[in-house]
This record gives sequence, C-alpha cells and structure tokens, in this order.
Amino acid sequence: MKRTAPMIILALGGFVLLVAYFIPYTQGWGEDAALWFDILAAIAFILGGGNLLKIHLKKMSDKVPGWGYSAVCVASFLAMLTVGLLKIGVHPNEQFPDYRWSGTYDQVGSPFWWLYEYGFKPLTATMFAMLAFYVASAAFRAFRAKNFEAILLLGTAFIILLGRTFAGVFLTGFIPEDSPMAGLKLENLTMYVMQVFNTAGNRAIMIGIALGVASTSLKVLLGVDRSYLGSGEE
Amino acid sequence: MYEFFKNLDRRWVFLLMLLAVAVPILLEAKFPEKATGLATAVFTEVENLEAGAPVLLAFDFDPASEGELGPMATAFVRHCCEKKLRMYFLTLWPVGPRMVEDAVARVIKADFPELKYGDDWVNLGYKSGYEGVIKVIVTDLKQLYTTDHFGTSIGNIPMMEHIQSVQDFDLVINVSAGYAGTKEWVQYASTPFPNIRIVAGCTGVQAPLLYPYIPSQLPGLLGAIKGAAEYEKLVLDKYGANHPVRDADGNPVLDEDGNPVIPGKYLEGIRRMGPQMVAHILMIMLIIVGNVIYFVERSREGR
Amino acid sequence: MNRETTVWTVVFLLGAVLLAIRGVMVGGLFGTAYVKVDEREFVKVATDDGETLWVDAHDEDALDYDLTQAPESDRRRWTTAEQATPIEYQQAVADDPNQTQYRFSLSRTLGIWIAAFFTLAIFSFLYKDNPFYKVAESVVVGVSAAYWMVVGFWNVLVPNLFGMIEPRLVNTWAMPGLDSTENHWIFIVPLVFGIMLLMRLSPKGSWIARWPLAFFIGVFCGIRLLGFLHADFLSQIRNSVVSLYVTDGGGMDILWDSLRNLILVIGVLACLVYFFFSFEHKGMVGRTARLGIWFLMITFGAGFGFTVMGRIALLAIRLEFLFDDWLWLIDPTSKRLADVAGMLMPSLSIIT
Repeated sequence: MKRTAPMIILALGGFVLLVAYFIPYTQGWGEDAALWFDILAAIAFILGGGNLLKIHLKKMSDKVPGWGYSAVCVASFLAMLTVGLLKIGVHPNEQFPDYRWSGTYDQVGSPFWWLYEYGFKPLTATMFAMLAFYVASAAFRAFRAKNFEAILLLGTAFIILLGRTFAGVFLTGFIPEDSPMAGLKLENLTMYVMQVFNTAGNRAIMIGIALGVASTSLKVLLGVDRSYLGSGEE
Repeated sequence: MYEFFKNLDRRWVFLLMLLAVAVPILLEAKFPEKATGLATAVFTEVENLEAGAPVLLAFDFDPASEGELGPMATAFVRHCCEKKLRMYFLTLWPVGPRMVEDAVARVIKADFPELKYGDDWVNLGYKSGYEGVIKVIVTDLKQLYTTDHFGTSIGNIPMMEHIQSVQDFDLVINVSAGYAGTKEWVQYASTPFPNIRIVAGCTGVQAPLLYPYIPSQLPGLLGAIKGAAEYEKLVLDKYGANHPVRDADGNPVLDEDGNPVIPGKYLEGIRRMGPQMVAHILMIMLIIVGNVIYFVERSREGR
Repeated sequence: MNRETTVWTVVFLLGAVLLAIRGVMVGGLFGTAYVKVDEREFVKVATDDGETLWVDAHDEDALDYDLTQAPESDRRRWTTAEQATPIEYQQAVADDPNQTQYRFSLSRTLGIWIAAFFTLAIFSFLYKDNPFYKVAESVVVGVSAAYWMVVGFWNVLVPNLFGMIEPRLVNTWAMPGLDSTENHWIFIVPLVFGIMLLMRLSPKGSWIARWPLAFFIGVFCGIRLLGFLHADFLSQIRNSVVSLYVTDGGGMDILWDSLRNLILVIGVLACLVYFFFSFEHKGMVGRTARLGIWFLMITFGAGFGFTVMGRIALLAIRLEFLFDDWLWLIDPTSKRLADVAGMLMPSLSIIT
C-alpha cells in the first residue's frame, strides 16, 4: 500500500495529462491536474522553509561548529517570514481601506520590501556576480589547445568574444559592408557561427535530450523506474 | 616570467577581472551599437502591432540576472508604451513580481503617467508551478488568475474582459533567466498553439540553446547584454527624443551637440557594453597566456 | 594578533579612511536616499443609492461629497513614501527650505549601506573564506527561503486554494476584491495532498509524503513528455528539413543561403550520428561522428563565449551599484547635481 498507492496516483496524474492533450473532451481534467500541480508547488515552498528550520535548529541545539551562522540564518528567515506573512507595515488597498490585510505583501516601503531590496537583492545578485571571476580564472588555468577539437572550441570562443563587442567591429572594420568578403567581418562571422554551426549542434543535442526525457518519463509513468519511492525501508 | 605566470595565484586574475570591469564603468566608456538580424526581428514584431493590441509581458527573471535582463525589460516596456499597446504583466518566478514593479516604476509611472492601471496595463503577478502555469493559461487564463497581483478580481479589470487565454494576445514578450522561461513558453505555448507568437530576451547562458527554435517557434531573440544594447538602440533611434532628461522648469536638457539628453535608464545595455568589451579582451589574453605557458611547459618536458 | 586578523584590521582601517576622504570630497554624507512623502486619507461616504464607498480625500471625486461630517471611525489615514532622487530633494529644498514633502530617508540610507556591506562581504570570499562572507551567506539562505514561502502563500495558496474552497472567508479578511462566492470543494484534494506533503518533515510519517510527491512527479512527467516530444523532437526534425538549393534572392545570396542550409543539415546529421553509441564509430560512421564532434566543439565554444558575456554583465551591475548608489563616483542616470556627485573621471565616449 505504501508503495502501490503512490505508483497508481503517479500513473493516473501522468496519463490524465497525456490523454487531455489528444482528446478535447478531457482537456478540463488536464487543466485541473495542472492547477493542483501549481498549488502543490506553492506548498513545496513551505516544505522547503520547514526543512531549513529543522536542519538549522538541530545544528543550533547540537552546538556543532559554526552553529552561530545557523542562528543568523534562522533569525533572518523568521524576520522575513514574520513581516511577510503578517503584512507588517503594509497599507491597505486603496479600494478597501477598512481591510487591514488587503494591501500587497511586497508594498514599496514596507519592512518586507526593505529586506528584499537591501538584503535579498544585493546578496543574490552578488553571489552570481562572483561567477565572472571564476570564469576568468578557469579560462586561464584550464583552457588548453591540446588538440584540434580544443582549437576549434577556443577559436569559436574568440570569434564570439570579439564579434559580440565593439572590438570585433573595430578589428574588421576595414572590410567594406558590401564586399564579397563581408562575411569575414567578425560580427557577421559570429552571426553565421550561431545560426549555422551552433544551431546544428544544439538541435542535435535537443533531439537527443527530448528522446531521453520521453523515455525516462515513460519509464516513471509505467512504474519501471521507482526511484522516487525511496529505498523502501519505511 | 614563465615561472611567475605558471605559479600565478588566481587572486591576481580576480583582481585583473575586477579592474577590467570597474575602470570602464568609472570612465563611463560607451561604444557605438548596431542592431543585428535577431534584434531587428524582435523590434519589428513589436513595431508591427497596432495601438491597443494586447501584449503579454512575462518577466521570468530575478535580481541575480537583472544586470543582463533589466535593460531588456525596460526597453520592452518603453516600446510597448510608445506603441500604446495594452500590457499584461505576469511572471513564473517568485521574485518576478518585484522585477515587474521595478520596470513599471522606471518606465510607466515615471514617463507615461497618463497610462491607467486596468485600462492600459495590468499586473497579474506570480503563480507557482512553472510550466504547469503555462499549461493552464494557454487554454484558460482566468481559471488560475482569479485576481491580479493587488487582489482585484479579474472580472473587475476592464482590459481582462476579452482575454480568455494566452491565445488571445497578439504577442508574448518573454524575458527569461533560465527555468522556467523561454524554452517552456516555446514548448507549451507557441509549439502546440502556433497562433501564439513569442519573442524573447534571455541570458547569455541560455541564448545558444534557443537558436534551434528560431525562426519557426521563436521569431526573434535578444541574447545577453549585447541583445539588450541592440534593442535599446533600435528603440532609441525610433523614439529616443520622446522622453529626454528635463530640468526643474520642465525643459529638455541638451548635450554639447544640442541634442536632448536621453535618460540613463534607457541606455543601461549600451552602457554595460563598455566593460563587457574590456573584460572580453582580458579573457582572450588570459586564454592566450595560459596556452603559451602550457606549450612552453610541454616543450621543456619534451626535452 | 595573527596575520589574518592583521590583514582584516588593515583592510577595515583603510576602507574607513577612504570612505572618510570620499565624504570630505562630497562635502557630507554620500550613499543617501530620499523619499517623497504623501499623506493619504480615505473617507467612507454614502452614495445617493444608499451604498457606501471609500473616497480619496485628496481626489477630485471627493468634491462631490461632504467629507467634514464623517466621523473618525469612517476615516483611514496613512503615509506613503515614494523613492525620490537627490536632485529632486535638492530642488525642492532650494524652492522652499521649509518644505517637508521631500525628506531624507534614514531607513533607505541605512539599507544602501547595508547592501554595500553585504556586497563587499560576498566579494571578500574571493580573497579568502571569512566570517563576514559566512554571515552574508547565512542571511541570503534564510531570507530567500522565507521570501519564497511568503510569495507562495499570498500569491497562490490564499487566492487559488483557500479562495476556491471558502471564498467568502478569504473575502472577509484577505482579499475583499475576490468576487467569487461559490465553494469548489474539490480543492480539498490538493489541500489534503499539501498537508500530506508537509508530513515529510516528520521522522515517522514521512512515507505519507510519497502520495502527493507521486502526483507531482506524475503530472510533471505527463507535461514534459509531450512538451519535449512536440517542441524538441518533432518540430526540430521539421525545422531541419530545409531547401538545399535556395532559389529566393539573387546572385551570391543563392549560393550562401544554399551553403548555409547544407552545412546545417550535415551538421545536425553528423552530430546525431555521434550520439549513436550503439554502433561502433569505425569507418564511414567513425568519420561522420568525428565531423559531428567538430560541430559540437564549435557549439560549445559559442556557448562558452555567451556564458562569459552573461557573467560579466552581472558583475557590472554590482559595481555600478557600488559606484553610483553608494559611493556617488558616477551618475549615469542623472540622479544628482554634478557638483554634489563629485565625479572624479571624465566620461569616455566613442559614440560617433
């Protein structure tokens, strides 16, 4: 029962979507299934938050090395959650001034907005900005033209890096636009590489991935692949 | 020299990258931009719409990718406002509503205050489920979006009256940072329903992966900050002087050549191409130096 | 004092000195934020039809009603604060030194400085892992998780779950704009599934979460299977069927377009042959697979070039924040008067 019921639910959910695609009468069932999927996705956020609390509270209670950082994490989590869920500092909607909860949770000027604007936004943006440095370091330390294939890769990278900036325009600016050699201008070469070679390669990869996704999805729907059920010890 | 580069601490490379980006920003280096075919295709798709045409703007990105996609979002909203299109905003990303609000504050509220919420633009907000959302709204949008982002019932918003699904929009403009984004819109909207036309702006990481969809499933694509800069140039060439910087008396501020100064918010993409170029040249030099070291090392080992 | 502590102390002292010098150059505090304050008042009035509605006391429509008779219980007041640029604040003060509409915002100024500190804390990891980075990392983890929970609750659960099961209840406390009064009891199913999903947090009852997870995975597989087959398999095959002899256009265009289509078709086929691992890559198959590898290398090179492009733009916007909003070294969006910005560098523009 613990393993059979989920398999049946999975198969039902999946095949409703498949059938709804082909039979117009059942389209509404597919929409309902997708709607429930969307609602469960929102509840999964609550699960994620709960899991975070569970892990970090355990670290704090066990006083593992670095538990102070867990305390910071939990404190910032609870602060953001409280001001957001309770809509603290949020003015009511102008159409319904007597409903205290009618304003939007992310109203500009509210504490939730402040934490987003001056906490969440700079932190996530900077985390991703760090990648620029790692890309430079990786290029210096790892990119070696060891064989013909690597030379092809690096050569294409050079064409793209130059062609997508003013440097490419400047370097091949001496070639007239209307000459037969205009295709060798770096910006035109870049376009050609992207529209022909890149498209060909990515199209083949896409076809391969599509077949892989189709086979994996079918295996899961038909119960051949049951890895989502876990180890089966429960 | 060889030993120095061979054992170079990577933190010096980090410092070089920091300088390569910081110095052009401080010098406010700008270079000329020329639009390529794909950016022109995106521009033409929007430009060919009639005033009052409904357009869905799906802003599927977050602050982490705002550097690349923020300028695109601003340019798209401005173009739609100049064309007097009816704008419907939504997002598949949880942080997307703030991206929508930022673009609205930067463009509509600042330069187009005559546009009325509910008649000219509406913010439908965020719904969870990624492609599950697209799957529902391509056939029945109001089943999922019962209210807008501010809690107003959909039935009470005048511009929602004739919109039943995504198929009722003349164009879908998607600004996407990853999953869920342009790929999902193509897979679940424009492919099964060819009457849905989508143009997109995406990050540099995504752009090469979306080329196979061009042009049948995706008529136009802006890739990375270069695509944003090209699109900004096209919008500026057509509508540039409409909303110049104004002084305290409301008169346009003029530059040395007597031309109205364009607000910096409409030049973000073009502005960021300066540090982009210097950093690219640095990357090429780093790869060349790294390979020189490699070949010298190999020849020494060969001896 | 060990070496690491010495380095951090020196860095902080140097930073403080540089900030002080910057303050002297600007002639005061920099990285400040200003707001335009608006006092809002809404009054409940009775219309001629006997209905009640709320009017904005500062709106033109309010002139149609006598607001003076409304009791305090029928009035709601609050203050909104809109972002204003330093230039707007300075112009307002210049026009009327006693004005109070444009004000310095302590909370937003503190916010800018905290955001700058967080940015530098994250960047400090490039030198070495350190407690400032770890604190910043912990904050972002906590704040992100809570943000997603709040967004999911207010954007989805309230209107699309509770608002469908019992719309009248949701209407009275959270969403007065919700029109629907019909109960959709079927939505109790996703509510029950959701509660079962949360049982994953329980040590003993986590097996119950398999049911909603199975539904989730099933629907996900159903959606993806068809989406990928249609858009990424069938449509891509159709897009690859292109004319190898293009007759549109004239002159050299026919040659170049035909060559482009030929290379495209050969490329797709060669790459697909490479992915056929069931056949040994020998002879003709091997040579074709090798050609496929070359196409893939060009593809990956293009991908690398675009990835670099993407990453650098993200760094550029962070540095723009530090130089513009915090240190006031540049002013690309003309937010401040030139003499206050204290711009150090001449602008370098090669726009022709």
